[in-house]
Amino acid sequence: MRVPLSKIARPGWGIAFDTRGNSADLSALSLPERVCVPLQQHIGSAATPVVKPGDRVLTGQPLARAAANRLGAAVHAPLAGRVQAIARQPGPGRTGLAVSIESDGTDERWPGYTAHRDPLRLSTSALRSAVVQGGIVGLGGATFPAGVKLNRGSGVDTLILNGVECEPVISCDDALMRTDVDAMLLGAQIMLRILEADSCIVALKDGMADALQTVTTALQTLADDRFSIAILPPVYPAGGEAQLIELLTGREIPAGGLPWDSGAICQNVATAAAVAHLLRSGEPLISRIVTVTGAVVAPANFRVRIGTPISHLIAAAGGYTDTSSRQLIMGGPMMGIELPDDSLPVVKATNCIYVPTIDELPATAAELPCIRCGDCATACPAHLMPQLLLQAQATSDTERMQSLGLQDCIECGCCDYVCPSKIPLTRRFVAAKQELWDIAFEKRRAAKARERIAARTTRQQRQQQEQADQLAAQTHNVSDTDTAHQKLQELLQRTGADREDPS
Amino acid sequence: MITAIFILAGIALVVGLGLTLVNRTLPQNDQSPLDELEALLPATQCAQCGYPGCRPYAEAILAGTADINRCAPGGDATVTAIARLLGRHTATVDPAYGAYQPGHVAVVDEAACIGCALCIAACPVDAIVGAHRYTHTVIRDECTGCKLCLPPCPVDCISIVPLRPATRQAA
Amino acid sequence: MSGRHAPHWLSRNTVPLTMQRVIIALAPVTLCTLLWFGVGVISNLLLLVLFCAALEAAALTLRQRDVRAGLADCSAIVTALLLGLTLPPALPWWLLLVAAVFAIALAKHVYGGLGQNPFNPAMVGYLAVLIAFPDDVARWPQPAFAGMDQVDAVSAATPLDSIKMQLNQMRTMAEITAQPAFGLLAGRGWEWINLAALGGGLWLLRKQVISWHVPGSMLLTLAAAYFLLFAFTPATQPSPVIGLLSGGTMLAAFFIATDPVSGAASDTGKIIFGIGVALFCFGMRTWGAYPDGIAFAVLLMNTAVPLIDRWTAPRIYGHRERPR
Repeated sequence: MRVPLSKIARPGWGIAFDTRGNSADLSALSLPERVCVPLQQHIGSAATPVVKPGDRVLTGQPLARAAANRLGAAVHAPLAGRVQAIARQPGPGRTGLAVSIESDGTDERWPGYTAHRDPLRLSTSALRSAVVQGGIVGLGGATFPAGVKLNRGSGVDTLILNGVECEPVISCDDALMRTDVDAMLLGAQIMLRILEADSCIVALKDGMADALQTVTTALQTLADDRFSIAILPPVYPAGGEAQLIELLTGREIPAGGLPWDSGAICQNVATAAAVAHLLRSGEPLISRIVTVTGAVVAPANFRVRIGTPISHLIAAAGGYTDTSSRQLIMGGPMMGIELPDDSLPVVKATNCIYVPTIDELPATAAELPCIRCGDCATACPAHLMPQLLLQAQATSDTERMQSLGLQDCIECGCCDYVCPSKIPLTRRFVAAKQELWDIAFEKRRAAKARERIAARTTRQQRQQQEQADQLAAQTHNVSDTDTAHQKLQELLQRTGADREDPS
Repeated sequence: MITAIFILAGIALVVGLGLTLVNRTLPQNDQSPLDELEALLPATQCAQCGYPGCRPYAEAILAGTADINRCAPGGDATVTAIARLLGRHTATVDPAYGAYQPGHVAVVDEAACIGCALCIAACPVDAIVGAHRYTHTVIRDECTGCKLCLPPCPVDCISIVPLRPATRQAA
Repeated sequence: MSGRHAPHWLSRNTVPLTMQRVIIALAPVTLCTLLWFGVGVISNLLLLVLFCAALEAAALTLRQRDVRAGLADCSAIVTALLLGLTLPPALPWWLLLVAAVFAIALAKHVYGGLGQNPFNPAMVGYLAVLIAFPDDVARWPQPAFAGMDQVDAVSAATPLDSIKMQLNQMRTMAEITAQPAFGLLAGRGWEWINLAALGGGLWLLRKQVISWHVPGSMLLTLAAAYFLLFAFTPATQPSPVIGLLSGGTMLAAFFIATDPVSGAASDTGKIIFGIGVALFCFGMRTWGAYPDGIAFAVLLMNTAVPLIDRWTAPRIYGHRERPR
């Protein structure tokens, strides 16, 4: 069977990176002696621990369940061993509760999840609850709980398997497609069944020749006519969810809406594979593929248990080549976050550990004035005009920032990259967004406060009136009503003054 | 000479008519300046500006007896908004009247509270619940963080803490 | 941990690099002007660069800004070069100083320096002296290649000027272009200066320092406007070729109207900006009092930029309508 294949033209926005020469080989990695598993590795609330220090846990056993009625995901033991502590520990980008486990070397499997021979026979509700139980989150880096996105009845007709990997140095999705394509396609079929969607586009980047070959062959064997392949130009951020949906379907996620409002959703290729591993082998999300690249002796991809210290990965890659001035980035060079040191654990979001060489990072140049060259507007995938947004931000003009679409900024960093004046635009916009959020919040709060103050004033007036009426009733018999009235007025004035003076 | 006079008079007439027409057709602003100004203030009634509440402060601004930069809970954004409404030069909050702290609320240390009910009377938005000799607590969603409950508390068991929303927006 | 934030990679493009590329692209037209108008061009340029740099430094000092960084961005040099190429050669030093004061001190720093000026500084400087000292500025010497076939050193009308005067004297275009002041395509010397500016401009396009929108729309509109009138009355109307290769057309199209600071922001806006410059320029050349209205045209369109920006903001992803 011929698999439909389309090639997407280069969009006007974004930055074209040369990504040839990314090593996508998958190397073996020994089990670490100790893991540290943060309880919040996803968008939403931290998971609630279900184990105690001292407990023995098996590989794949739930350590924490998703917080009730909140957006979140479960967390599982990546290896068998003893729980040493549940304490606040620094993780990549976020400090929070984490479970430390010392390995006992057995890697004994927890039997709690059933392995199904044919998961596609299960009911959609069973499939979806399994995805939720399995702690599966988007593995492209955003870590949105996958179960929430896989929602029947949300009107999604197209599932996009995102293997575009548009950040320049990362190759973990490439490695996954080359080594785990069957699981990926089974996962996609499961997701299609949950969504009741009828088409699935496998999106790859131009230049992933081996992965394209593997996926094409696998799809030919699978002979499922819901699948097609799309090849995207090596442009950052073509792999961003909103951009990918636009490039592949021509639809857009409406402003303020959620991905499925466009009728299409993206799932990372590794997420699909994780779903298949869960249902076919009973293995929840306890490992992922991580690219280790940059100034290390042997750049490679590893399948890594969640919670493994990053130093373990660096050692497996042969160590640093340059020990003098070293930086460590989790993620890619465009959106990655800087890590303080390599003792931090790998989490579900860790797609890449990038050790930049010194000449790859620009010297911190002094910021020059904006010359309105417009390169940022050309590069912006959301079609914003960052040069005008910057003006509005400089004058704290919140209304103008809003009308220029500050809320639609996806924080991809393209404008910073192209800016000849080296202005940290994205950082400014993130701060401005937070400010807008604060202002809106205070406005809502002020409106509510005004209502409550009005209610309180009415109540106080009523109480005073009642008191006055009582007083009047008591003094009714007094012949000199004028004196009584005068007294009443004095009393009212005094109470009023007492209330008004805050001291 | 005569022509010039006629031409200028004609222009004035046409422009005047045009302005009148525009003035009639544009939506009228019914709100009084005081209401408009008060709507910009954060309604904390915190009195940090030196006036007993937001409305008295708004009155003072309109009367010209107070500067527009005294509202610390409103922050610079409020000052800018007031400046725009009144056509004044924009300014930043005068630090003499307190610091801008967005998203703060009062929290009662329930172990230390003696249940005196003094803070309940002080709260302008009725955000503290409790009764005599029973522990009080602050309704987080209603508290404006105005700090008016701090002075009356005899055991200093109320503190002002930041209120950061857990998730900004589901991405 | 260095407190770095994403993105960790930045392009190598910088403002000084952009300005330096503009200066390099101005080399051919400078050389050409020098060849046809002699050493007076050099004295102009040297003095203007000196004045502009000094004024920039003085303004930055007064405004308590970083003088070194302000000079290193080379924007004052670009302004000086553009001024020097639009003014006739060998002007007295005080006149050049007045032009530089208007360009750097008034048009640029009074509004807040680099990136804040609503008007193109070089054009403000040029027009200030053109209006104040028309006898010195409106007249150019007869171009003479490398000084060899110099007819006389006295000032003469520029080709655009002489076309305008002679058409008023009821001569036909054929008679006018047969005169020795005209060469193969347009005015003698001027045609080569314009072609050199075109060459430099194309290099800027290739280096992506400028986009095609402004020069493309401007030159096309200008050519179309010339063609429309020329097609009906070829005897009394200069041809599109003369229109495009006369005066400061090419310099304006690639180096002046493309100034991003005082120009429109969006691509559509740039196209409108280019069309506007071309129409104003054509109108002034054909019916106006000045022989070349390109500087006025640029400044007029500069005033329209905020409006154009408001109208042509691109539709943001996920929105139905353009931002207002």
